[in-house]
Amino acid sequence: MLIQIQSGSQPIYQQIVDQIRFRILSSQLKAGDELPTIRGLAETLKVNPNTIARAYRELEHEGLVEKRRTTGTFVAESSGTLSRARRRQILTPEIDKLLVLASHLGADPAELDELITSRQQALQRKE
Amino acid sequence: MTSADDFAVRVQSLSRSFRGTDALVDVSLQIPRGSVFGLVGLNGAGKTTLIQHVIGSLKALHGSVNVLGQDPTIRPEKLLARIGYMTEEDSLPKWMRIRDLISFCRTVYPTWSDSYATQLCDMFGLSTTAKLKSLSKGGRARVALLAAIAHRPELLILDEPSSGLDPIARADILEAIIRTVADEGRTVLFSSHLLEEIDRVCDHIALIHDGVLLESIPAATLPERYTECFYRTETPSSRPPEISGSFGGTGDASEWSVLMDSDDEASLSTTTSIESHGSRWELVRQQPATVHRWFAGRVQRKPTASSTPTEGIQHV
Repeated sequence: MLIQIQSGSQPIYQQIVDQIRFRILSSQLKAGDELPTIRGLAETLKVNPNTIARAYRELEHEGLVEKRRTTGTFVAESSGTLSRARRRQILTPEIDKLLVLASHLGADPAELDELITSRQQALQRKE
Repeated sequence: MTSADDFAVRVQSLSRSFRGTDALVDVSLQIPRGSVFGLVGLNGAGKTTLIQHVIGSLKALHGSVNVLGQDPTIRPEKLLARIGYMTEEDSLPKWMRIRDLISFCRTVYPTWSDSYATQLCDMFGLSTTAKLKSLSKGGRARVALLAAIAHRPELLILDEPSSGLDPIARADILEAIIRTVADEGRTVLFSSHLLEEIDRVCDHIALIHDGVLLESIPAATLPERYTECFYRTETPSSRPPEISGSFGGTGDASEWSVLMDSDDEASLSTTTSIESHGSRWELVRQQPATVHRWFAGRVQRKPTASSTPTEGIQHV
């Protein structure tokens, strides 16, 4: 799995969580797909295995992946089991960034709504 | 519960001076077994002097050093057989062929693995008949790495291994670190001033500055403990706002960034609006501190003014 790690921005485990989450939610990774082993991904990314383990724990906590004893880590059958509060906590900073950028570019709320709807349809078509 | 065996390296109150200049001042640290321990500091901070004590090439005159359960200067050959060591210096004899070096290592290390050495040669694209002097700097670094890890050492010590190497050779070194630590119980001591590499591979980070161990912290807790706060003021200022418990101020006239330590009782207040040296300051943004920002904040002598506030760390 090709994950981009950039130094000097977010913590590395967070970058890994964000990118795997995006792949799962955008259906690039599908329910039942196996994630790389912790050791394998650590060697590919040149990142400490504990950091990978922490990212997997976080994804498990969010209900996106599940550990199966002795076999490995898999994309969960039913994603979206997060609490409403947790969902908001994850989404809010992303939305804030988007709103700041939109206002900077002069996009009004209606234009933003329209764009969100059209992107949602585009992503659904891909599934 | 911790016992002596939980630590691969224990350094207790180690001091050292050369010709009256302090190189290490009362340094104490423990390296947990199975961890990747990063040692960071500016050039000349004392990293190499510390490592020389760990491998037994310097004897502890004040304080004590214990490595894998023994004093490294008593029967050093016994210890060195269990350690892998690589430095930035191009110290291998250049007239040697790789296969001669491998034969030599086989006699020195009881646990030397020819099959692992062959596997590493393949991985690094090295021909065993090549002479070291015919290789590039990156090629010789890979040979040094092979010689440091093919006996699967209990403790791998890398002293600035990647200085001056190309990104591909550096990636090979990082991968060797990950492989070493992924094998249960092996420990890595990695000294570098390439903070991006430290950030990627280390469980634990220790910062040495002017011979003093300023801090030793689990890498995962660093962004939780330190917060970078950005303050803005209407009245241009040549120094950051004075907030108790803050350090590492950097910025320009109207916008300054400071670090807050959440363990410091005095710095509990990441207040949104403060009064300092005659100006009103508003907190405009805060974020977990990066390793770069923490390092720059810790080693700076006084607040630094620069034209680009958030990038005032480029000197590292």
